[in-house]
Amino acid sequence: MIERLPELVNGDAALVRRGRLVSLTMLVGVGEQDYYVAVEAGRIAALAHGPLLMRPWRFAVRADAEAWQEHWRPMPRPAFCDLFAFTKFGRGWIEGDLHPFMANLRYFKEALAAPRRLAGAA
Amino acid sequence: MTAGIEPIVGRYLRLALDGRPTRLYFEEAGQGIPLVCLHTAGADGRQFRHLMCDEEITRDFRVIAFDLPWHGKSTPPAGFHVEDYKLTTAAYTQAIRGFCQALDLQRPVVMGCSMGGRIVLHLAAAHGPEFGAVIGLEAADHQQPWYDTAWLNRADVNGGELAAALVSGLVAPQGPDEFRWETLWSYMQSGPGVFQGDLHFYRADSDYRDRVGRIDTQVCPVYLLTGEYDFSCEPADTLRTAERIAGAEAVIMRELGHFPMSENPAQFRRYVLPVLNKIKAKREADAKS
Repeated sequence: MIERLPELVNGDAALVRRGRLVSLTMLVGVGEQDYYVAVEAGRIAALAHGPLLMRPWRFAVRADAEAWQEHWRPMPRPAFCDLFAFTKFGRGWIEGDLHPFMANLRYFKEALAAPRRLAGAA
Repeated sequence: MTAGIEPIVGRYLRLALDGRPTRLYFEEAGQGIPLVCLHTAGADGRQFRHLMCDEEITRDFRVIAFDLPWHGKSTPPAGFHVEDYKLTTAAYTQAIRGFCQALDLQRPVVMGCSMGGRIVLHLAAAHGPEFGAVIGLEAADHQQPWYDTAWLNRADVNGGELAAALVSGLVAPQGPDEFRWETLWSYMQSGPGVFQGDLHFYRADSDYRDRVGRIDTQVCPVYLLTGEYDFSCEPADTLRTAERIAGAEAVIMRELGHFPMSENPAQFRRYVLPVLNKIKAKREADAKS
């Protein structure tokens, strides 16, 4: 579902507007799979499946594949509805330069939860 | 929309706390058993507005919520602009007891959420005879932190935006969107450093694992209600706390998170009404004996 992130985020005008000051590359780890998500002014300009040698990123948000699957259900179960629940319970890790992540936390949380809408539509 | 005035009335109380003049805002509705409600960290008493408009509650309870100093419509103390706000167990206790004494409340029931749920455990342990009962919402004697509070108060991060975004994950997904966002709005409005200062109490000055076992629930009954979606005060934290307090009652609430009274009022009343009814029945039985 992570592959659908560009269309989900870019198609949400309010979300893009919220991220208008965000331009960076973040790494999203889904289990062993790494995805480089390039954001430009709130829009996802590119999503590349790693590993990509020597490709820098500002911060990484990783969780095991089951945690993401649960996170993207229309009604996540307790302990899976938030990225910080992942980290508290040892299912996820947030690392790197956290300043842009924290300064735009609502944007990143909503962008990374966007695949939930696919499950709701299914 | 038809115009209508709610039964809630707001006033200001002037009293000295820690030797400093303080102006506290409080709201109330109803009559009968005083039910003093304590808001969460970085928020204010508006969280309890639904209880104050619930006739089934206000028929028998005088529901009162005050904003702690620095919060909501309470004025910060003179000189606040050169201070770092840090709540402590001593200051929090003094504010609650001072408020109850100033209003001449007779053995009030105190219901607090999150840090308010933490302090009621101390009230029951240290001042139990003063209170008719305590209700801890999202309450435990101790819990593990889940983020670094240094992020909450720095000029290069919007504190209101960050606080709301952080706690948004503690709201259960089943609640109405309207109330989810109203709950978050109060976090967006909090003064700079206030949420962080409250969390000083919550994380550094309120480990009550050493004292909850001393609570005498015959004198001051203890009720604990925690939402299943709360990963800050986890259900396991509440259940562990209840096990240490002989006679305490604990219930895990379905489809609720860390802000039950404001995030999903209809769901919360299913859990709080039975507790209030028990308190009322005990109060009536005690009055007869």
